[in-house]
Amino acid sequence: MPPIRLEGLVKRYGAVEVLHGIDLDMAEHEFTVLVGPSGCGKSTTLRMIAGLEDISAGEIWMGERAVSNLDPKDRDIAMVFQDYALYPHMNVAKNMSFSLRLQKRPKAEIDRKVRDVAEMLGLSPFLDRKPGELSGGQRQRVAMGRALCRDASTFLFDEPLSNLDAKLRGQMRAELALMRQSVKKNMIYVTHDQIEAMTLADRIVVMHGGHIQQQGTPTELFRNPANKFVAGFLGAPPMNFLDAILVSQGGDLMAQGKGFALRLPPALAARATKLAYKQVTLGLRPSDLEYVPDAPEGAGLNLKVIVSEYVGAQSVLICDCGDARVTVEIKSETPIALGETLRFAVRPEGLHLFDPKTEVAI
Amino acid sequence: MTRFSANRLTPYLFAAPAALVMLLALFYPIGYMIWGSFRAWDPSQSITETEFVGLANYARLLADPAFHESFWVTLVFAFSVVSVEMVLGVSLALLLDRKIRGMSLLRTLFILPMMIAPVVVGLVWRYMFHQSYGTINRMLEAVGLPKVDWLGQNPLLSVIIADVWQWTPFIFILSLAALQSLPRSALEAARIDGATTMQQIWHIKLPLMAPVLIVTLLLRLIDAFKVLEVILVLTGGGPGLQTEILALRIARTAREFRELGEAAAMSNMLLMLLMVLTLGMFAFTRWQEARARRLRFTKEEEG
Repeated sequence: MPPIRLEGLVKRYGAVEVLHGIDLDMAEHEFTVLVGPSGCGKSTTLRMIAGLEDISAGEIWMGERAVSNLDPKDRDIAMVFQDYALYPHMNVAKNMSFSLRLQKRPKAEIDRKVRDVAEMLGLSPFLDRKPGELSGGQRQRVAMGRALCRDASTFLFDEPLSNLDAKLRGQMRAELALMRQSVKKNMIYVTHDQIEAMTLADRIVVMHGGHIQQQGTPTELFRNPANKFVAGFLGAPPMNFLDAILVSQGGDLMAQGKGFALRLPPALAARATKLAYKQVTLGLRPSDLEYVPDAPEGAGLNLKVIVSEYVGAQSVLICDCGDARVTVEIKSETPIALGETLRFAVRPEGLHLFDPKTEVAI
Repeated sequence: MTRFSANRLTPYLFAAPAALVMLLALFYPIGYMIWGSFRAWDPSQSITETEFVGLANYARLLADPAFHESFWVTLVFAFSVVSVEMVLGVSLALLLDRKIRGMSLLRTLFILPMMIAPVVVGLVWRYMFHQSYGTINRMLEAVGLPKVDWLGQNPLLSVIIADVWQWTPFIFILSLAALQSLPRSALEAARIDGATTMQQIWHIKLPLMAPVLIVTLLLRLIDAFKVLEVILVLTGGGPGLQTEILALRIARTAREFRELGEAAAMSNMLLMLLMVLTLGMFAFTRWQEARARRLRFTKEEEG
């Protein structure tokens, strides 16, 4: 299972460059998730690794092997497609065994492999059915099964769950998480869904506009986003962004804006004092706000609740703060009323500052 | 009339004019033909003056070696042209299903033969096949090969070549359309699964194109059984009876031999043969629709 390395990967369609030099190192057996909004180049990157798209510049390494000029079949990969890409005229068993049959493996071996994989995915009763006779979730499993049968060193997933309904998606996500514990392979997974990225990944690679914005473990990216895009993309509900000015007050550095003044924790303050500018963007996750009626000056802010979205154990409040909107995640049992102005405490480690021009984290 | 029944009748009322035309232009002549096939009928007689002879016309045909010959020629012609056209048309489509510059121009050029009137095709090929100044023999001569007496010695082969030239494009455009509507991702999956170009064609493309190919094949076969103009112009059925396909023999029986009854009986036999093919095609499409319905149903059942 060789580690995969992308080196200055560029993709151009005519004069338009859609990927601008992607560098990425993936460790052995790592589950890497490429995540980003549509058009960010994540699928193109995956398809270049698969060999389905030509590479305009750069190189893909699998271990010590440069593979950019190899056919897909020589790259030792298996792939699961968004629309499953099953062969409609073959039954489930034939679909799963197609590559093994092309390799002319012994029939007994093929049968055993198909049986084992079908058993693992709960497909045994459907081996004789054609894809058209299966539900979406079952087809999804067949697509996985076909990849598993191949025994390739690297698995590529191109938005494999996005054609399923929400409930099934959650279920399949859990099964995937379970599967990756038992299957020791390199996995590269493309999705636009940050929840899939957070729950499945060893390493998340956030992409935007043909660039890698940041890569790291889910916790790293969630706690220390490198820029405003990553901060806003990961986490649901998304991070709040407020315009603020840095002011010194009695030896402390405060982020002050319309309707709030928050004291920066020492580490952040130390970084912020070195800045040549005073105008910043303040980032606050909805989950880093807490309803504390007597939160002291500089550690909390007053928000006027205008909408409350009840989602079960949690409620999401949409509030007015000066002329901006702020979302807050609270426990549903917290007694609040619409139209009330409430005081919320901010966890000091939940404060993020961004350069308003470059959007880079401070 | 209640509102309910008026609503139910509306579609039939709309279809009525077309049905009337069909009745006059199709069923009347067919009925006339069937009735005529049971009578001894000279073109100088009106049909009421003719004598009823029962199945005598059919019996005579079945015993007539010239009819057998003609029937055989028709079968050989139809099946060979359709097989060759299928192989060529599908291969061309597989070759040209790609993005290269000037492809749309090439495709237009490829389907030109189909747009030319059959009589013109016949004339063009008669010239090309000509023993001494025909293009083909002059080309053979230029590369040092002996001349071939196309229409004299190889008449059936010659008409087959002309028909293949004219109708391969038909199969080509339908196959190309079928190819381009194949699911791209299934082909990509096959590439990743390790299928070579030939294996992709054999295991994925052809099976997925099969429904279109089968209908195309039956359409072409039905058409090939009725071919007339090109052969009439190229060989006139000769030499001897070597290219006298059924349509041509029917025309000759009616006009030269003045046996309208026998010609009608022959037409009926051809009609029945074509009916079998057409029913085969209907059965196939019905089977396909039923299958699609069943699939949709299972899908809805399981959500």
